Amino acid sequence: MNNDVFSKNKDGAFYFVLGVIGLVMLAGLGAAYYMEHYGHVVTGMTNQIVWGLPHVFAIFLIVAASGVLNVASIGSVFGKPVYKARAPLSGLLAIAMLAGGLMVLMLDLGRSDRLIIAMTYLNLKSVFALNVFLYTIFFTVVALYLWTMMDRKMHGYSKYVGFAAFIWRLALTTGTGAIFGFLVARQAYGTALLAPMFIIMSFSFGLAVFMIVQAVMYRWNDRVLDEAILHRLKNLLAVFVAAVLYFTAVYHMTNLYFAKQTDFERFILLDGGIYTTLFWVGQVLIGGVLPLFLLFTAKKSGTVLVASALIILGGFFQLYVFLIGGQAFPLNLFPGMEASSSFFDGRIHPYSPSLPEFLLGMGGIAAAALITAIAAKVLHFMPDDKHHPVSQ
Amino acid sequence: MSNDVDNSRRKFIAAGVAGTAGLVLAPGVTLLDMANARPAGEAASSTKRWGMLIDSTKCATGCTDCVSACGKENGFGSTGHPETDAQWIRKIELKEVKSGKSHSLPMMCQHCAEPPCVDVCPTGASFKRADGIVLVDRHICIGCRYCMMACPYKARSFVHEEHDDQNPDVPRGKGCVESCTLCVHRIDKDLQPACVEACSAGNHGAMLFGDLNDANSEISKRIATYATTQVRADLALNTGVRYQGI
Repeated sequence: MNNDVFSKNKDGAFYFVLGVIGLVMLAGLGAAYYMEHYGHVVTGMTNQIVWGLPHVFAIFLIVAASGVLNVASIGSVFGKPVYKARAPLSGLLAIAMLAGGLMVLMLDLGRSDRLIIAMTYLNLKSVFALNVFLYTIFFTVVALYLWTMMDRKMHGYSKYVGFAAFIWRLALTTGTGAIFGFLVARQAYGTALLAPMFIIMSFSFGLAVFMIVQAVMYRWNDRVLDEAILHRLKNLLAVFVAAVLYFTAVYHMTNLYFAKQTDFERFILLDGGIYTTLFWVGQVLIGGVLPLFLLFTAKKSGTVLVASALIILGGFFQLYVFLIGGQAFPLNLFPGMEASSSFFDGRIHPYSPSLPEFLLGMGGIAAAALITAIAAKVLHFMPDDKHHPVSQ
Repeated sequence: MSNDVDNSRRKFIAAGVAGTAGLVLAPGVTLLDMANARPAGEAASSTKRWGMLIDSTKCATGCTDCVSACGKENGFGSTGHPETDAQWIRKIELKEVKSGKSHSLPMMCQHCAEPPCVDVCPTGASFKRADGIVLVDRHICIGCRYCMMACPYKARSFVHEEHDDQNPDVPRGKGCVESCTLCVHRIDKDLQPACVEACSAGNHGAMLFGDLNDANSEISKRIATYATTQVRADLALNTGVRYQGI
């Protein structure tokens, strides 16, 4: 059996796919250049909505990057052979998606040219600065982890490095949640609940991405995924989706209990227009209830893939409502008073994402796909169930 | 006689040593003295804490003298894109929901003693000067806008496009975040912030600038006498800008 992910007899098709992904990435880089040249005035972002669509993409990629590593962690840390067979692919995806997410984040900066400053001037009280360490160490630990898994001589260390990677991925997502958790100013954020919530979101989004990438690789190689393996993975995914719904409920119900947060909750849950629609239809129905139903009733691998795609789509909706909806609701400087100003105080802030923002976000996804495709072409990342049988 | 000769020789040697020592040490001493002289930076001493008291009862609805003065002093105005235009100071019109009582007041960077923008800034570009003025170092701001997310007063603006009408004292750059500097360039010349000056010039007297650390300053006396408010006092940021009448 040929275990190479992209076998030689499909070289032409591989380079075609690589070319398409490359073009999407180039479009993203072009969009970044356009934004850099003219300034953020050409985007939909304003002084009211300061973080926009690029951040939705970046946060999704970073959160899912740490989540996708879970497959490897379950294999190494908890010793499950089905997952062990998938650990290298999981590690590769983690590195690729984090790189893609950080690319979007960096290219959206007002001064992307100051990358060196971002890495050498560090205010250690800032969660952002701490995240620079979290990301760098994550790359290093996961790269070491891949080495211990792929080099026979290093196998003995795999469990220990895998454990370190597992701990570090939890730290990384805690850091991402804390970026918002430490914002005392805005009603949508400023709660420690966001750290565990981001972790459970990463479990769900990450595994959904893994399922799709795995399916593409099996299809490309004309292989069929063992029913038993699919069954296990889909059940785990369903648990994660349910947990995300649970955290969403706790987050909103906690807010509803505080009188000062009622207006904000009314905005998101009842009369926030696009945000209310995206919350109920996008986040809860498409990203939660529907995939949950599909996963529990799925008989075929196709159904699991549809559920995975819906989870990813729902994840984007969830982050959009959280990030943009959270900023669209105005700051309440004077409780009990109605405010108005030339700076849009007291008004719901509009936001229309622009094409360059979308292209930059897609560029990040393309970058992750490009890294994955090239690495899978030159190294052995195809899940090897022959040496890690399900029955073990 | 021989003693006299010895004495004069000793005097000569002593004078020579002293002179040489003087020649060697003098430049050093002068440098030391120059270092102790009051350079431009010494104004930023923590013995002072610059602040402002705004009396909203004297602030008229529709009056924007402070806003215009700020724009003129700091070199920005309308570009035709109100959503992305910088506003370092803005007039907020308020109406109490229950009583219908209205207030008008200027809102700008509150120059917090515990500024959230400084805490969250990844590079340290957002910083607080020793005299309490919160500023952005335009050389190391990477334009991430995290400070804008963190500021409870919506006091910060991101420069969304190129500007070529800058005031030499107030450099502004596309891609960086900026906010009220309390006219730090004027304070360092012993002048008042432009908004305060304009408010006085218009005989409104709604804005008072001074040293909150000096118990004898007018601002400290007023704060000690009248009930004043810190906006979002629940966050305990210890703001440098206080309000009276709301």
